[in-house]
Amino acid sequence: MGFFDKLKKKVTTQTDSVTEKFKEGLTKTRNSFVGQMNELFAQYRNVDEEFFEELEDILISADTGVSTVMELIDELKHEAKLRNIKQSKELAPVISEKLAEKLDKTGEDTSLNIQQNDMTVILFVGVNGVGKTTTIGKMAHSFKQEGKKVVMAAGDTFRAGAIEQLDVWGERVGVDVVKQQAGSDPAAVMYDAIHSARSKKADVLLCDTAGRLQNKVNLMKELEKVKRVISREIPNAPHEVLLVLDATTGQNAMNQAKTFQEATDVSGIALTKLDGTAKGGIVLAVRNELDIPVKLVGLGEGVDDMQPFDAEHFVYGLFKELVEENSENENR
Amino acid sequence: MAFEGLAERLQATFDKMKGRGKVSEADVKEMMREVRLALLEADVNFKVVKKFVNDVKERAVGQEVMKSLTPGQQVIKVVNEELTALMGGEQTKIATAQKSPTVVMMAGLQGAGKTTTVAKIANHLRKHNNRKPLLAAADIYRPAAIDQLETLGKQLNMPVYSLGDQASPVDIAKGAVEQAKEEHCDYVLIDTAGRLHIDENLMGELQEVKQAVQPDEILLVVDAMTGQDAVNVAESFNEQLGITGAVLTKLDGDTRGGAALSVRQVTGVPIKFAGVGEKIDELDEFHPERMASRILGMGDVLSLIEKAQTNVDDERAKELEKKMRSAEMTFDDFLEQLEQVRNMGPLDDLLQMMPGANKKAMKNIQVDESQIGRVEAIVRSMTKHEKDNPSVMNASRKRRIAKGSGTTIQDVNRLLKQFEDMKKMMKQMTSGQKGKKKGKGGFQLPFM
Ligand SMILES: Nc1nc2c(ncn2[C@@H]2O[C@H](COP(=O)(O)OP(=O)(O)OP(=O)(O)O)[C@@H](O)[C@H]2O)c(=O)[nH]1
Ligand SMILES: Nc1nc2c(ncn2[C@@H]2O[C@H](COP(=O)(O)OP(=O)(O)O)[C@@H](O)[C@H]2O)c(=O)[nH]1
Ligand SMILES: [Mg+2]
Ligand SMILES: [Mg+2]
Repeated sequence: MGFFDKLKKKVTTQTDSVTEKFKEGLTKTRNSFVGQMNELFAQYRNVDEEFFEELEDILISADTGVSTVMELIDELKHEAKLRNIKQSKELAPVISEKLAEKLDKTGEDTSLNIQQNDMTVILFVGVNGVGKTTTIGKMAHSFKQEGKKVVMAAGDTFRAGAIEQLDVWGERVGVDVVKQQAGSDPAAVMYDAIHSARSKKADVLLCDTAGRLQNKVNLMKELEKVKRVISREIPNAPHEVLLVLDATTGQNAMNQAKTFQEATDVSGIALTKLDGTAKGGIVLAVRNELDIPVKLVGLGEGVDDMQPFDAEHFVYGLFKELVEENSENENR
Repeated sequence: MAFEGLAERLQATFDKMKGRGKVSEADVKEMMREVRLALLEADVNFKVVKKFVNDVKERAVGQEVMKSLTPGQQVIKVVNEELTALMGGEQTKIATAQKSPTVVMMAGLQGAGKTTTVAKIANHLRKHNNRKPLLAAADIYRPAAIDQLETLGKQLNMPVYSLGDQASPVDIAKGAVEQAKEEHCDYVLIDTAGRLHIDENLMGELQEVKQAVQPDEILLVVDAMTGQDAVNVAESFNEQLGITGAVLTKLDGDTRGGAALSVRQVTGVPIKFAGVGEKIDELDEFHPERMASRILGMGDVLSLIEKAQTNVDDERAKELEKKMRSAEMTFDDFLEQLEQVRNMGPLDDLLQMMPGANKKAMKNIQVDESQIGRVEAIVRSMTKHEKDNPSVMNASRKRRIAKGSGTTIQDVNRLLKQFEDMKKMMKQMTSGQKGKKKGKGGFQLPFM
């Protein structure tokens, strides 16, 4: 069975709403990306310098990151030579194969690290306005639907209205919020939250933090302290440190990932706002260069607009039309 | 992976070009390849980059190299000029209506910084223009968005108009304008909910608000970290709303901010403000030429030279520079340096643009601009003897200084450390420069 067939099979056998939702959210991405790809194959029939230049533009326009794109193009050139590929259409499967490879490098498990017999603590970090609080609200909802007892910690004590924002989410999904006054020490909030969640016998504690730009040394130190307090109270916690990245962000996402990883040992990424027209190609670069797996995807502002990340779905979404066309060819 | 300055990228090309009198086509082509990459890494949209690179190529080929410049510098000069022109040369102020109140409406994606910017602009208008603004809470969707604006209003001690989250944004906007008239407020700043440019319903809602209150200014708020999609967002908001200006936020980060160029290019509207922090007073007027050099990266020495020459008294600059190089710099020099440099642009950026800047050494030097006030206070609390001989600093002196400046001993220690680091860095720069001839501006990059 060819690569595309496998991909298609995997995706189409998962007929649950996950696939649908994901596909729906990615329609915009897919349309424009695949549209461009098809145009590329129609316009540049031969695999030549011009073709590669155009491909480079398409990938760059998806925020894939200059160095990742260069690397990819080099590999493709090499591959084309090796397999003696002259027609651009023949290169299409190689392109998506390479992309999937980059997204799913080690093939490791990208599910969340949930404790079976103890409270799971998840810390959310990221720059301002990326969607940390919203993602927490969505996650609280999804854990609750699984029958888990959830508590949220209002660790953003800085931004105006941040505590109230989490409070509204708490009411919306029916989950307790542990909070202190605006301006109080976020590490103290976490300390409180852990003990309060423990006494409530919570299964999951979701910790919000204030957005901070990664180049603010003091604020990154503050975040380190927040994490330290959590680890001191519960060894091995936080069990997940999720870096929230906005899909609209360009190359700076790489700096963000790097610095937050250094400060808090990020265990995964939640990629938000993929319901817009931003292509989210930054995922490729982050995965490729820093090896932090993407674990969740945000596809809107509602409680249900969140999905686990799946590399194959992602690539499938980008190349749907191409995939279908090609698997027909493979079957012949 | 990290941003390489254009300077570093161009090093090899520059070396080859040394000593030629004319800029050849091949040289330009090679350089422009690097310029292209630098711009793409800065998130300038690839189409905008393509056009830009072609324009520069056309202009640069065959140019006589100016006496004072090397061919490499000559090309960079053209690049810089074109970029600044694209950024829109002049600085543009916020609109004022003939008839009060002036109505300003914000628009933008989720989390861009609209609400914060409303508060910042209100503060700016009162502080610098003696205005009396009214804030209008028309984000009825995001949880606690109204609370956020009300909290900011309280901090500012300014009125906030709200009808809760059950009223329509149109009614809120209209009501706010009415109230402004009654209470003689001369600006109404309307905060709106973040929305995707492809969300037809919500974009339609903004059109209705526009229809209802006819804003004198519609500001698109754009996160400086935005990637390639900035063109789609800006184009789309502009087509549907007819924006009159833009605000670039989060420029206190370490992003190059290429989105600024993309937004300018596709909308043609001026960028009017730059957000440089989370606090209410962290708003700057937008300086196109500073942005141009920021996007280009730290290799933009020409503009640094130009800035240094116009902003700093020449003689004094040379003297200072000499002191810096010989690592004799005292705290008074440091303070003066800070003040002069402050007029030129974001400090971190400037430090990075410094000739021969050693990145490793730079890492330890964190200049947070909001802390300059504190630094000043600390230095001013030192005695002359201490300023000239930082080595005499001991615990009791530090305690006195901390007390006198209303800071902590940690603050004093931090500054002392920064000062030492800076001196060390200057020394490293100097040793790295050995054997190279000195240029006229004094500031000198290794590749020149
Ligand atoms: N560092 C920094 N943070 C900023 C700046 N401007 C806004 N922010 C932060 O960015 C986040 C989002 O800002 P908001 O003002 O809430 O953005 P908004 O566009 O109103 O967001 P929504 O209403 O959720 O669409 C907040 O955490 C702000 O504190 C800036 O210039 N620098
Ligand atoms: N369209 C869209 N908007 C989102 C998504 N996630 C968050 N947002 C919005 O982005 C804005 C900032 O989110 P917030 O959770 O306050 O960010 P925080 O500052 O990181 O906590 C809010 O207006 C959210 O409603 C998403 O996946 N898609
Ligand atoms: Mg938040
Ligand atoms: Mg807002």
